Amino acid sequence: MPAPRVLIFGVLFVGIVVFGFWLGETADDQVGGDRIVIEYWEKWTGPERQAMADLVDEFNASQDRVYVKFLSVSSITRKLMLATAGGNPPDVAGIWAADLPVFSTNGALTPLNPYAERAGIEAGDYLPSVWAQLVVYDRLWALPTTPSANALHWNKRLFREAGLDPDKPPRTIAELEAYNDRITRFNDKGDIVVLGHLPTEPGWWNANWSFWFGGDVWNGEDAVTATGEANMAALDWIASYPERYGVGPLLGFRQLSGVFASPENPFFRGRVAMALQGPWMYNFIQNFAPEDFEWGVAPFPSLKAENYGTSLVECDCLVIPRGAKHPEEAFAFIAWLQEPAQMERLCLAQLKFSPLAQVSENFYARHPNPHIRVYRELAESPLARFRPQMLTFNEFSADMGSAIDDIMRGAESPEQAAEILQERQQGLFRRKYDNWQKVREERMKEWDQQ
Amino acid sequence: MTRHEKRNLRVGLIFISPWLAGFILMSLYPLISSAYYSLTDYSVLSKPVYTGLDNYRALMSDELFWQSLWNTFYFAALSIPINLVAAILLAVLLNVDLPGKKIFRTVYFLPSLVPMVCLGVLWQWMLNGQMGLINQMLSPLCDVINAVLGTSVNPPNWLADPAYAKLGLVLASMWGVGNAVVIFLAGLQDVPRSLYEAAEIDGCGFWRKTIHVTLPIISPVIYFNGIMGLIGSFQVFAVPYVMTNGGEGPGRSLLFAATYVFNKGFQAWSMGYACAVALILFVIILVLTLLATYVAERHIYYAGK
Repeated sequence: MPAPRVLIFGVLFVGIVVFGFWLGETADDQVGGDRIVIEYWEKWTGPERQAMADLVDEFNASQDRVYVKFLSVSSITRKLMLATAGGNPPDVAGIWAADLPVFSTNGALTPLNPYAERAGIEAGDYLPSVWAQLVVYDRLWALPTTPSANALHWNKRLFREAGLDPDKPPRTIAELEAYNDRITRFNDKGDIVVLGHLPTEPGWWNANWSFWFGGDVWNGEDAVTATGEANMAALDWIASYPERYGVGPLLGFRQLSGVFASPENPFFRGRVAMALQGPWMYNFIQNFAPEDFEWGVAPFPSLKAENYGTSLVECDCLVIPRGAKHPEEAFAFIAWLQEPAQMERLCLAQLKFSPLAQVSENFYARHPNPHIRVYRELAESPLARFRPQMLTFNEFSADMGSAIDDIMRGAESPEQAAEILQERQQGLFRRKYDNWQKVREERMKEWDQQ
Repeated sequence: MTRHEKRNLRVGLIFISPWLAGFILMSLYPLISSAYYSLTDYSVLSKPVYTGLDNYRALMSDELFWQSLWNTFYFAALSIPINLVAAILLAVLLNVDLPGKKIFRTVYFLPSLVPMVCLGVLWQWMLNGQMGLINQMLSPLCDVINAVLGTSVNPPNWLADPAYAKLGLVLASMWGVGNAVVIFLAGLQDVPRSLYEAAEIDGCGFWRKTIHVTLPIISPVIYFNGIMGLIGSFQVFAVPYVMTNGGEGPGRSLLFAATYVFNKGFQAWSMGYACAVALILFVIILVLTLLATYVAERHIYYAGK
């Protein structure tokens, strides 16, 4: 290659690289002025994303010190973990409270206590069931956005057709199963046409059934309790389904489950009469259920009457990843969102209830979901539960899903399934727990210095 | 080395430097570092802590790891021969001089262009036990069998039954056979006509020509496709992952080694452990490839040799 051509290509190459860097550098400055740009990653899409996007715009317009760049990011847990490991995390990220134990243990987050203290934000401002899941190792790691509580959703028409009072949902597991037997219908070929209730529909909280049986799958410290009384009762209850309705018919029925967010959903189609679900159902029923769909919401039945009113409270939340460039400004934005006006707007737009202790009457008056108070009362109840802050909960949950599948297929007895689960999960948990004990002191010191 | 040779070497190295840099950065470095991480407790975020052979020791008694390996071997043993035979048959058929030959070739290649994730979603429905197309085709057949033999055979619940789930996946994976078919077709065109003519004079029909002329001549292509199939089936991940909605299939029948690496690394954040599994998988593929090469060497015909 003659020298001039090498030179031209060389210059061109260097030029492109420099231009690329220049583009990257200037993109952040284009908001103008001396504003500090903070990056905010959120998992939401569609209308839920839009609700937050509107608030971000309002925040950006409300002052000229901080500018929030809002990005919708899929598979956020994984991407946030990798971005933080790579030293280039966003300043704010919207994850789930259930992820906080793993994220905090791995040192992926900035403790928020000092920031919250300065801003005058404290536990008493929130529902105790929400606040409790934001605290891990006695430290605050996140502030809430939109919470949910799960409850029994039932189809009133199917109740009526079975000769049941459509306004009287079951209160105990025994009642639930009595209703179930009355509603369930088979066709001539022996296929199930309508089922009263099916624990795997939708089966999103497979690992938490023990709550309604008065217990948990973790002792809160060093042991998995899958073979404990409560979880065994829950698994026995699940095993009663294939016993009563047959393995084959249930398998066939589950194959027809279809996509959740579609008219195929068995609850909307009137194929399942009762389901454990959450406040988002209002939106999906509006979009996918037949127009004359009549439904009610009540606490999910529990084994013993004294546990009636138990629910699993979950919460979306905002964190500041470790290594964020502008934690002060990030917290200013998070704190602004915690003000009642903003919080109620966000929760209203996403059709959730507010995580704040005080709620304006106007909020309920404007809320389209007629059942919203039921969820809120469940979250206020002292019986409200949240996912165990167990380091291996994701693995436990997947394993429990497999165990329940085995039980539903009649491949294993509840005892066998629970024993295998207990042994494997205790081993996995113990490894992580022991490793954590080794670095615990050091990690705590780091957090106190931050 | 003479001055000229040195210069050649330098120029050669410069020319392959983009590949070399990519290989070192993207393949060699990750390979070596994952070998190191497999000896540590590493959660990606915190510094890896050296733990010696702990991960490997834990793996030995990890039932799920063994099950994932078993599933992987099972799937490979089923899918490699089926896919190879199907690809060869299709290639031989598509090589026959027929009107519309090009259209057939295109049609059989088209499914290979479907992205893995779409393939997973599509086959999830094709294999649905209640309303899947496969069973809609099978159920009249079952009815006939039942009427004649007085049995009560039903089409399987493919993805809900551990006994059939892997077979279902093999069916789905046959959709990707188009790539191998194209390579076989290229190989078939290279078979000298004179050999066929000689065979015809000796009185060979279509099948004897295929077995005694075509297959020996395209043996290097069979070997190549076999190795590719081997590697591909040991890395099977996307399609079963999508088909089971990120799960492991009924009775964990669709938990493969690559799925296990992903679950351990990116869901449990046990990256050290995941690296150990990945390394074992690497060694298995390496050994099998070497074995295949050793066995094949005596049965492959290279025209150049």
